[in-house]
Amino acid sequence: MTTPMIEIDTVTKYFGDKLVLDRVSLTVNPHEVVCLIGASGSGKSTLLRCVNRLVEHDYGTIRLDGVAVEDTAFGKTGLQKRAGIVFQSYNLFPHMTVLDNITLAPRRVHGVARAEAEARGREVLTRFGMGDFAVSYPEQLSGGQQQRVAIARALMTRPDVLLLDEITAALDPELVGEVLAIIRGLKDEGMTMMIVTHEMGFARECADKVAFLDGGTILEEDAPERLFGSPRKARTRAFLQRIVESGRL
Amino acid sequence: MTDDNPAQAGPQRNARRGPPPPPPSRRFDWRAAAAPAAIGAVSVVVVFGALSWIVTSAEQWPRIKLQFFNIDAMVAAFPRVLRGFWVNMQVWLTVLACILVWALVLAIVRSLRAPWFAPFRLMVVIYIDLFRGVPVLLLVLLFGFGIPALNLPGLPNSGLFWGSVAMVLSYASYVAEIYRSGIDAVHEGQRAAAKSLGLSEWQTLRYAILPQALRNVVPALMNIVVALQKDVALLSVIGVRDAVREAQIYTASTFNYSSLIVAAGLFLLATVPMARLADYLTRRDRERRLQVAG
Repeated sequence: MTTPMIEIDTVTKYFGDKLVLDRVSLTVNPHEVVCLIGASGSGKSTLLRCVNRLVEHDYGTIRLDGVAVEDTAFGKTGLQKRAGIVFQSYNLFPHMTVLDNITLAPRRVHGVARAEAEARGREVLTRFGMGDFAVSYPEQLSGGQQQRVAIARALMTRPDVLLLDEITAALDPELVGEVLAIIRGLKDEGMTMMIVTHEMGFARECADKVAFLDGGTILEEDAPERLFGSPRKARTRAFLQRIVESGRL
Repeated sequence: MTDDNPAQAGPQRNARRGPPPPPPSRRFDWRAAAAPAAIGAVSVVVVFGALSWIVTSAEQWPRIKLQFFNIDAMVAAFPRVLRGFWVNMQVWLTVLACILVWALVLAIVRSLRAPWFAPFRLMVVIYIDLFRGVPVLLLVLLFGFGIPALNLPGLPNSGLFWGSVAMVLSYASYVAEIYRSGIDAVHEGQRAAAKSLGLSEWQTLRYAILPQALRNVVPALMNIVVALQKDVALLSVIGVRDAVREAQIYTASTFNYSSLIVAAGLFLLATVPMARLADYLTRRDRERRLQVAG
């Protein structure tokens, strides 16, 4: 049996007195795509951010490739190198060009030479159809283009895992497709991904496993056709019903 | 409603023929603009004319004119006041450069969150409270007269130097707070992005936060720059021969105050353009923000 890529074991997290994650356990195997769904405030983004320690969990263990995320073996930046994250609002640095945005971490954090980092940067941009925008500034790009750059930025260090936090939620509907196409491409290449999403159609099509979070716990976790087709829990059914009524499934 | 309803006929016909042509470009209409401009000019002339007539027809006007607006005295005092003003400008630029750098150091120390930085953060907080809470004039007197009197070995003894130091220390406490507000205004997502890329706290500040923060605070800083331009004149109280001091010296020997008006004119010549520049930068900054938001 292979080591899971991400192993979340009874993780609990409080914000002050508020319990946001309650003994959550979840396993993501190598090359697997796991989608986290659930209402706002269910803890899915927090869970995602615990994996690369943007949020520090209070109890339990999270292991990346068998090593606890807070283990000193990762050094100061090893965890960030191996787990890239993409945010809902892109969070590109507005004062830097696209190329500077994506080469910042390789150059300043991982000591890659400028020429080498930029060569790889251009290669990644070209792959995502952004080759012509290397010297553009983020505000000159559409939301979809910005998000493609943000994905490129997260991939620059060749991470083992990609964490996606509602990456299409801020996009105009007609721009969602171009971003999801990239994620499909990454799945085909075998990238391990943990995806927080409201795009149920996408989750159904792309995920190997879907976890439904409610009130800080994983209420139900299953293959997408089973979870969407015949959910076992009443709350899951109610959530999916609301999604169907809003026309997003 | 019937098909030949006139209200519907128009749009339908347009739809068949394609969109209407673009409206004729609006040329500047001199005749339309002339009337308001003329009214404005006339009212300005009337109001200001009336005011100046009231002032100059006052019984005391000749005396006021002699004391404050004496052309001969102005011409006589001009060279030395101008020489003093040159000192003002030099001090202004030097002090400004020192303030911008020192305040940045203070702001950075205050915004670093590492726990072992706590004593330094506390020192900065105390520093800012202290120097913001004391009048600049008092600090200038204290430093400009007090420290040279100590005859400290190895340190400069000039009042100009220590007075300038007082200005830097005082103004830096305001500017540090401006920088800090700019740092705080950078969206939290930028920190999250930097952290997720593995940047250290210092690198996050250096590459992600500060460039944005500094751009944000340019308008606020411009106001400080203009205020400082005038406040440099405070150094005249410790004997620095700046424009105000030179004018005072002339006044003391002639009992004519026209030299101070000359100094005032020179200050206006410098501060009004700076204030306009500050307005312009503020407006441009607001437009940029609106664009990004839209």
